[in-house]
Amino acid sequence: MGIKLSLHQLKEKFKGNMFAPAFNAFHTFLYTPNDVTKGGTHIKAADDLKRTMNMVILSLVPCLLFGIFNAGYQHYAAVDLANGIIREASFLGNFITLENFLLGSTKVLPLVIVSYVVGLTVEFIFAVIKGHEVEEGYLVTGMLVPLIVPVDLPLWMLAVAVIFGVIIGKEVFGGTGMNILNPALTIRAFLFFAYPTWMSGDKVWVHQAVERTGTAEAISGETILGMHAQNIPIEIYDLSDMFIGFIPGSVGETSKILIILGALFLIFTKIGSWRIMLSTIAGALFMGLIFNQVVDLGWITETSKFYGLMSVPFWEHLLIGSILFGAVFMATDPVTAAQTLKGKWIYGFLIGFISIMIRVFNPAYPEGVFLAILLMNVFAPTIDHYVIQSNIKNRLNRIKIKIS
Amino acid sequence: MSKDIIVKKGLNINLVGDASKTLEISKNSKYYSLYPDDFHGVFPKLTIKVDQKVKAGDVLFFDKNNEEVKFVSPVSGKITEIQRGERRRIVSIKILADKKIEYKNLGKLDAKADKNKIIDYFLNSGLWPFIKQRPYDVIADHKISPKSIFISGFSSAPLSADLDFISKGYEDKIQTAINFLSKLTKGEIHMSVRKNSNSELSNLNNITIHNVSGPHPSGNVGTLINKVSPVNKGEVVWTISLQDLILIGSVIESGKFSAERIIALVGSSIENPRYIKTIIGSQISKILDKGIQDNNRIISGNVLTGKQISIKGNLDYYSNTVSVIPEGNDYDLFGWTRPIFDKISTSRALTFSWLFPNKKFSLNTNTNGEHRAFVITGAYEKVFPLDIYPMRILKACMYKDLEEMEALGMYEVAPEDFALTEFICISKQPHQEIIRKGLDLMKKELG
Repeated sequence: MGIKLSLHQLKEKFKGNMFAPAFNAFHTFLYTPNDVTKGGTHIKAADDLKRTMNMVILSLVPCLLFGIFNAGYQHYAAVDLANGIIREASFLGNFITLENFLLGSTKVLPLVIVSYVVGLTVEFIFAVIKGHEVEEGYLVTGMLVPLIVPVDLPLWMLAVAVIFGVIIGKEVFGGTGMNILNPALTIRAFLFFAYPTWMSGDKVWVHQAVERTGTAEAISGETILGMHAQNIPIEIYDLSDMFIGFIPGSVGETSKILIILGALFLIFTKIGSWRIMLSTIAGALFMGLIFNQVVDLGWITETSKFYGLMSVPFWEHLLIGSILFGAVFMATDPVTAAQTLKGKWIYGFLIGFISIMIRVFNPAYPEGVFLAILLMNVFAPTIDHYVIQSNIKNRLNRIKIKIS
Repeated sequence: MSKDIIVKKGLNINLVGDASKTLEISKNSKYYSLYPDDFHGVFPKLTIKVDQKVKAGDVLFFDKNNEEVKFVSPVSGKITEIQRGERRRIVSIKILADKKIEYKNLGKLDAKADKNKIIDYFLNSGLWPFIKQRPYDVIADHKISPKSIFISGFSSAPLSADLDFISKGYEDKIQTAINFLSKLTKGEIHMSVRKNSNSELSNLNNITIHNVSGPHPSGNVGTLINKVSPVNKGEVVWTISLQDLILIGSVIESGKFSAERIIALVGSSIENPRYIKTIIGSQISKILDKGIQDNNRIISGNVLTGKQISIKGNLDYYSNTVSVIPEGNDYDLFGWTRPIFDKISTSRALTFSWLFPNKKFSLNTNTNGEHRAFVITGAYEKVFPLDIYPMRILKACMYKDLEEMEALGMYEVAPEDFALTEFICISKQPHQEIIRKGLDLMKKELG
């Protein structure tokens, strides 16, 4: 027990020192502290915030691994396509290959590393300045960020965005637990509005598609969503490609099956709110159904620029874009979501509903999920307020009944 | 008359070290101590001096804020020490007990006594401190008549005394106490018993029995109040614990303040958990077996709401349980991520207590993680049966918004109602302390 003892002595030495939070942050990753209860309950349940956050990270690992292979695969598939070869994706045949992994990991791992190093550095600095412990919130954010950006995003942009997102999205509100906006989406929103050419369009979603633009070796970097928005028929991807995730898109959000597995894990461990996930999907399906009706009634014709996305069968909206990823990993962030049970239903439904609305009506940037979630983040306290008002009213009514 | 209440939300915490149903008489304590801190919100004003002789039932001090409320000695003997803390605050009053306890004659209470006479009797014989009130969870104000009185007839907290066992043979004393108390309220006296438990308490008269089923906190008096008739603004209810009813009944019948009490000695550090008959204020060392190791925590009360005391400390005024569990002052390698089988959890985050719903755990006092801001939502509600939003009210207490605290239901709650949410809190927030401070603030500002 040599390490345990010497770390303990170091901890005692650092006590009260300004670097104590930084030391403790590392120490507590190795050992859960020797703190005992003081006052209040003398025993405590096994879970702490680290464990909870760790479960979310675990649920994201399959998406990350898939994203690494997919980054490579999409690049080589696009190159093939430019040469007139249409690839038929096969999981063990041409997807899980060393070639894909090598290319993908050289692109994706730097995103992960920059996201964590920059974000945690900001968190450490704030913890030292404010003299509190380093909270675990960023562990999940840092994992989410690389999964929701295009693969070719320049690392310096990511670094700038992470600094902005952590400071403005979280620390100014008082740190973990106090923020109004989902920090990962704040980072994405910053990227989206500061560097739109790197965050949207028909080039950024596949490695090298931007670089090769205008050259003889030009390749496509378009997503299915983008094709729909331009009324281009989808020919090279079938439904199983979309479900398994052999399609271009942000790094970690293409594989629907892995997202569903992650969701089941979060629901099973009782960490993710199934109410929010379910109601978000319900909201999206409902809006999709409305648009399908509009098309069926002939109000929108094929000449309309909205026709492509409106005519997508309502359930297919779940397979394209990032609605599923958003519903499972973003909308469920407990700090920024509605906190009451009823509120969660309303909050989720509106996220799904608005996501598809933005997706259809804003073809210039054909993805509305992150905007919809950020919007509902802002309104979540209002939803809770009205839910809680009914509890407060019941309490007041009790007195009134007595008096009358 | 009996009614059924089903509590759905909650959590049974099964721990090793439940008391076997055998009763033992404790060794006589040489010294007895009273801690004025046991009486929350009371400012003690002493009526005795060091070296003075007292009888059992003699007044030791009264409350400066409410001078009629008097606190009496549980034994006869000589005051040997009055220990004071910061700003001369009285920490404890120590009494060297006589070999044979002499009782002050308090007189018996006549069955025809009217309300004022009963209240005077309770105040002067040191019985009043056993009556608590909500709002604020403090000793009741004798000038205000309560809308009803609530008594919990069973305990659901982990390792707590079986109230059927400790009240066995005392039913007549309980009945006596209830008969007098029923004259102090216009409403009813409500008592909860566990459904299908065949408790003798169901046969009491002058009382409404509620058959309660469900997990802890089904046995908390706060749960009973919330399900039967929640406290509204401007209303007051009283709560009395069952073992105190026995004491009240026996004083009324005998005219002697006999502070005898049966306590459960429990916990995984106790070799032979059992029931012990002792006296309020006894030295803990006389109750405990010899050979309790150093690295244990001794708690006067249960593991969720009790008070930590040292081996040199004494039993507190209200407890019917002494729990002893191991301290958890050790590090746990990768404790935050390794699979956990030996601790209780309400999640399934690689914690596996959900696989063993009937297993008895041996928990220590480790916090299992560090203090954090509130993050997770929706977990407290699953163990909190009151019609109140727990996280909202905690946050309202933290930012001291009196209006919101009132609107969210602060008049209905006591700290112990938040013991379970505190137990499962992954952010390790001190819920009971937050609620206690909130109640104190409200009492100060709103009276």
